[in-house]
Amino acid sequence: MAEIIFNAAGILALLGLALAFYRMAVGPHAVDRIVALDNMTIISVSLIVFFTAFLGRIIYIDVALVYALISFIGIIAIARYFERGL
Amino acid sequence: MIENIGMGFIILGILFDFFGVLGLVRLPDVYNRLQAATKCVTFGSAGILFGTFLMKGFTSFGFKALLGIAFIFLTSPVAAHVIARASHRSGIPLAKETTIDRYKEDNEGEK
Repeated sequence: MAEIIFNAAGILALLGLALAFYRMAVGPHAVDRIVALDNMTIISVSLIVFFTAFLGRIIYIDVALVYALISFIGIIAIARYFERGL
Repeated sequence: MIENIGMGFIILGILFDFFGVLGLVRLPDVYNRLQAATKCVTFGSAGILFGTFLMKGFTSFGFKALLGIAFIFLTSPVAAHVIARASHRSGIPLAKETTIDRYKEDNEGEK
């Protein structure tokens, strides 16, 4: 039962990542691509934590936390660049 | 029992993630996409992390998952707000169906 739920959740999350990647590929403005990239990052962070909980590799959750913080700093820098402030 | 509740939180969070990203694909302009995707994806990711916390209990893993929830709740709305302001200031047009633009009205007096 747990394995079925694990597989279904992984497939659904990867489908969501694929849809966000579609928006990142075809987005008419650069800001659309940034929004899609931000969402892909947050979904990836939660997906890393999810896989860590099921696979039993405790060390990977530190990777997820650092990835969340670094993506936030990157988004702020890109937004400043669009405001002509950088 | 508590593991089943955690599994339910994880499934709910992944469904929220998926529907938020579906809004990212289907909505017409960048502001609508921001409000759909950011709210749903923030709540969904927090649901997944809270589910893993319930499954693992009060271990170092569980506390790091709670820390991840705090990070996501602090950073994701701030990032969305900054992106929305930057896109409005750099002149990205609104969708044709938009009827009101409060941000532009508020800034007219200052210029």
